[in-house]
Amino acid sequence: MAEIPDEEFILKTTSACAGCSASLILRYVTKAAGKDTVLVIPACCTSVIQGVYPNTAVNVPVYNVAFASAAAVASGMSEAFRAVGKKTNVICFAGDGGTVDIGIQALSGALERGTDFLYICYDNEAYSNTGMQRSGATPIGAKTTTTPLGKNEYKKDLDAIVEAHNPVYMATACSAYPVDLYNKVKKALSIPGPKFIHVLSPCPPGWRFPSEKTIELGKLAVTSGMWLLYERENGKLTITGASKAAMKKSTPIEDYLKAQGRFRTATPEDIAMLKENSKRKMARLAHEAEAQAAEAEEA
Amino acid sequence: MLTFSTGNKAVATAVKDAKTVVVAAYPITPQTEVVEETANNVASGALKARYIPVESEHSSMGACIGAAATGVRTFTATSSHGLVYMCEQIHMSAAARLPIVMANANRALGPGWNIGAEHTDSMSMRDSGWLQAYVSTVQEAYDTTLMAFRIAENENVLLPVMINLDGFLLTHITQPMDTIDDLGDYLPPTNTPHAIDINNPGGYGTLTPPTEHFKFRHDIQRGMKDSVAVIEDAQADFAKRFGRTYGMYEEYLCDDADVVIVAAGTLAKESEVAADILRKEGIKAGVLRIRWLRPFPDLTAALKGKDVVVIDRDYSFGLGGILVNEIRTKALEAFIGKDGKANLPFSVIAGLGGQEVTYDDIADFVRNRKSGGELWFGVTE
Repeated sequence: MAEIPDEEFILKTTSACAGCSASLILRYVTKAAGKDTVLVIPACCTSVIQGVYPNTAVNVPVYNVAFASAAAVASGMSEAFRAVGKKTNVICFAGDGGTVDIGIQALSGALERGTDFLYICYDNEAYSNTGMQRSGATPIGAKTTTTPLGKNEYKKDLDAIVEAHNPVYMATACSAYPVDLYNKVKKALSIPGPKFIHVLSPCPPGWRFPSEKTIELGKLAVTSGMWLLYERENGKLTITGASKAAMKKSTPIEDYLKAQGRFRTATPEDIAMLKENSKRKMARLAHEAEAQAAEAEEA
Repeated sequence: MLTFSTGNKAVATAVKDAKTVVVAAYPITPQTEVVEETANNVASGALKARYIPVESEHSSMGACIGAAATGVRTFTATSSHGLVYMCEQIHMSAAARLPIVMANANRALGPGWNIGAEHTDSMSMRDSGWLQAYVSTVQEAYDTTLMAFRIAENENVLLPVMINLDGFLLTHITQPMDTIDDLGDYLPPTNTPHAIDINNPGGYGTLTPPTEHFKFRHDIQRGMKDSVAVIEDAQADFAKRFGRTYGMYEEYLCDDADVVIVAAGTLAKESEVAADILRKEGIKAGVLRIRWLRPFPDLTAALKGKDVVVIDRDYSFGLGGILVNEIRTKALEAFIGKDGKANLPFSVIAGLGGQEVTYDDIADFVRNRKSGGELWFGVTE
């Protein structure tokens, strides 16, 4: 297990909601990144979490940017730092709206250009900062303020989109497993080039569960196979942490869904589709891991 | 060094000579040559910069914001739809007080698709906090781009600067150009006081209450006001060192003129020929060329007591020509006679979408001027 430093970069004065996963994720990301880091933040919950001028709860420079442009700003920043010989980590810290929807063009461009940066999407599966409207990352059946009868469409497969850009490193993580997250951020920042980490971020007010259950929800997401932990280094897939067990035998998805108010009106068809989607994703990853292992054996 | 250049290449050459560190740009007609030339200069090593081939104009300005935030010299170029696509970033880069320099090849906006010259693209950005210059020759494009870095980066300004050149009419024409072999310390190294410093971490652009927001907006206006002296100093020092003189606006035969044609960009140059023709007829005409639209110059003394014909290659629908309305507002006293009667400028809308406007046409505008009237050239109701 990694030695997680005591030094805090997220001070005890954030404006986060009680039980907020995003602030927990930010805390471990900055611990892994250290002092020589700039955070680039588009409009998202972290616009609020960091505090109100003239105060800030973040002890590394934070650059707040236009909603659609986190990865573009990071491109310019990274190139400028490298041009003058600085190794400063440039990290985008963006929500799912700023990533899978309005920010995806800039993200795609920055990945394709081989930008030396780390993009972290903390995914609370809705536009939480504006009060829980649907996003492209909202799962089927989830109730939001703009899907009052539950969402009818699949969650956009962001990881497949990112993977198609062949980043040097990409991973998924979950706020309930901070050590796994810490290790992945550390590893990502040790590699030059475009890196991406997609972190599930259970949101108590948005998902409608008590704020003390944040970690429990994250664990249920992973043990049920609704969220899979893995990483890809130059394409090589490794299933990590609790997902190794979950892919062999997962806990019932209903336990995860029932713990949240947003799935209260989900239909049996919605739940069947969520299960099918999770099963399909696990099978695809398992198949790929096996194929890679066989290939390695042959070599 | 005396050479020949297009307007686009003049801008790219100035970007090279200014030793720009980061260029992020997306090609768009008729600005494309600026991007290609810069990519070539970086590839050949003539410019030791990072060239970022962004995927859109929203991202080109985004990348410039990120680069300039670290304190390095930053440039981009765009035109028309590209400019309005980056509109959000135009406002954000000014409010972030980043000294980015951008060239804009003035071009019409669709639909229908039209790639001809028009000023509505840049003039629709006039309330953003960007300084705006309009140039009329290849030499002026080169010189003004160099000056733009010095003006933008001045600690009393710290606002972005847009250099506007008419699409095709200036971007694509070839004229002699004298480049500067040694800039000396005309362009000092950038020294952005609010550049990101990991040893002094802070939040940039965090949530800001109304009182502070108000103060920050007032600071932009102060920077804009102070920029007049900085522009004048940059132009005077340029003249002293390199021998070419520029003002906030340029006058041609205005001193004894009874009628003054006011325009920006290449139309103003064409107007000089019209003034010569009119003078041969006994009409004492002059030309006042708007060089800086922001900060807007005080034209009261220059236009006092004269008939004024303003040619707008732009339009604000529901109001009128943009230039003529700016002039009416900022130089109102010039148009009120001793008897209290107003002699308002004659407004001509001409050249939209690259419409051909000759010096003979311009001479006609003057001959047929009507105080306070508006003419859409070539349109019959």
